[in-house]
Amino acid sequence: MNGYEPKIVAFLCNWCSYTAADTAGTARRKYPANVNVIRIMCTGRMEPTFVFKAFAEGADGVLISGCHPGECHYLTGNYKAYKRSVGLEQVLSDFGIEPERFKMTFISASEADKFASVATEITETVRKLGPLGKVRDRVKSYDEVFVTGGEVSG
Amino acid sequence: MADKLKFAFYWNASCGGCEVAVLDIHEKILDVAAIADILMWPVAMDFKEEDVEALPDQHIDVAFINGGIRNSENKKMSQLLRQKSKYVVAFGACANFGGIPALANFHHKESIFDRVYSETPSTVNPEGVWPQEITEVPEGELSLPTFFNTVYMLAEVVDVDYYLPGCPPPPDLILAAVEAIASGNLPPRGTVIAGEKSVCHSCDRVKEEKKVTGFRRIHEVIPDPERCFLEQGIICAGSVTRDGCGTRCLNVDMPCRGCFGAPEGVIDQGAQLLSTLTTLLDTDDLEEVRSIIGSIPDLSGYLYRFTLSDSLMKRRIVAELKDKEVASH
Repeated sequence: MNGYEPKIVAFLCNWCSYTAADTAGTARRKYPANVNVIRIMCTGRMEPTFVFKAFAEGADGVLISGCHPGECHYLTGNYKAYKRSVGLEQVLSDFGIEPERFKMTFISASEADKFASVATEITETVRKLGPLGKVRDRVKSYDEVFVTGGEVSG
Repeated sequence: MADKLKFAFYWNASCGGCEVAVLDIHEKILDVAAIADILMWPVAMDFKEEDVEALPDQHIDVAFINGGIRNSENKKMSQLLRQKSKYVVAFGACANFGGIPALANFHHKESIFDRVYSETPSTVNPEGVWPQEITEVPEGELSLPTFFNTVYMLAEVVDVDYYLPGCPPPPDLILAAVEAIASGNLPPRGTVIAGEKSVCHSCDRVKEEKKVTGFRRIHEVIPDPERCFLEQGIICAGSVTRDGCGTRCLNVDMPCRGCFGAPEGVIDQGAQLLSTLTTLLDTDDLEEVRSIIGSIPDLSGYLYRFTLSDSLMKRRIVAELKDKEVASH
């Protein structure tokens, strides 16, 4: 697929990973522009609904990143995010989404290099996997007879 | 009795429980019969598709349609009843959100047929006989409806006026719907005839701190009848399920399974239940989290037991169908 640019949605916590992305920018570390950052106050705010919605609306990959274990600004938000992410991995695999498309990491404010490498890695992995498309289009294309209202017997 | 209301009942992909639910109103069924004529009810009466086709448009006052949309016949009959009815009520969890049949959206047509017609241990099918949409016989051509890859909810194929959720809908809500129709005192179009908050709001079990060390299934334990199921490590969907059922399951020591769908404001019931369950775990050991969550049998099935058609993801992406999908973009 020529010219395919994956869309990655990244939910980053305000206190660590978002700052890391910011630091990466300030320090002129390069990372792909495919990563669309959404800042949340804490990864504890990250609802599984956000992840499903991103995938349903055309994201090709989703990255969640928060503070290292034990370093959450709100004490336990990153643990909550981790628990949800483990559940999400299982459910996403039942939805046929390859595990490489979803990642949860811990990146502290000073780890600009780590952020740049994680962002690059998920973008390149997803680029190889190809586009997911939107749920709506997928469901329709599986049942063309359904969309076209084709000849119905019965 | 020209003033009598005209009702139709129809079943799509369903188990028949919704039909029985209509009779669960017991002797009140006589009141219904007093105010309404039934023009279509495949489970109980002999009217045929042609009889409905012969009716003028909007002749039926209310069509109560249960079941998910599994095949082309379901779709066609729903559209026909929509055309002939003033109001359409999505009756039961399957019509509302896909229901149990929609769990098949974790699979697709080929894999379902494979399973049913060759893989199950009880299947003996050495000649590989599969149902065909068209079969030639000496007398002519026989046809079967087209089996869709995805189970849809009723609102995806026709406009739905009112939603009556539940597996099946409880008698008091059915009666409330019938009475509203009979009195002409109708709620705004699109109303869900049930509560707005979550089942926990009506559940009178004692709720304290929710922290668990693991999950158990209801048949593996004898639950404390006074205490919140979640606090006992038993998966209960009450917190993410619409109220209005009268906590029927909880009253008899069964955890909520989520048949009323999501309460107001919740987009995806399964996602919300996933969020709730995983964060109950009282451990910060990342490996332990992984092993406990990994040990829940059929987690996705639990989460989306009734609402897969109504979820954000809707169905599984199928590698074999993917080429087709990208080509159609």
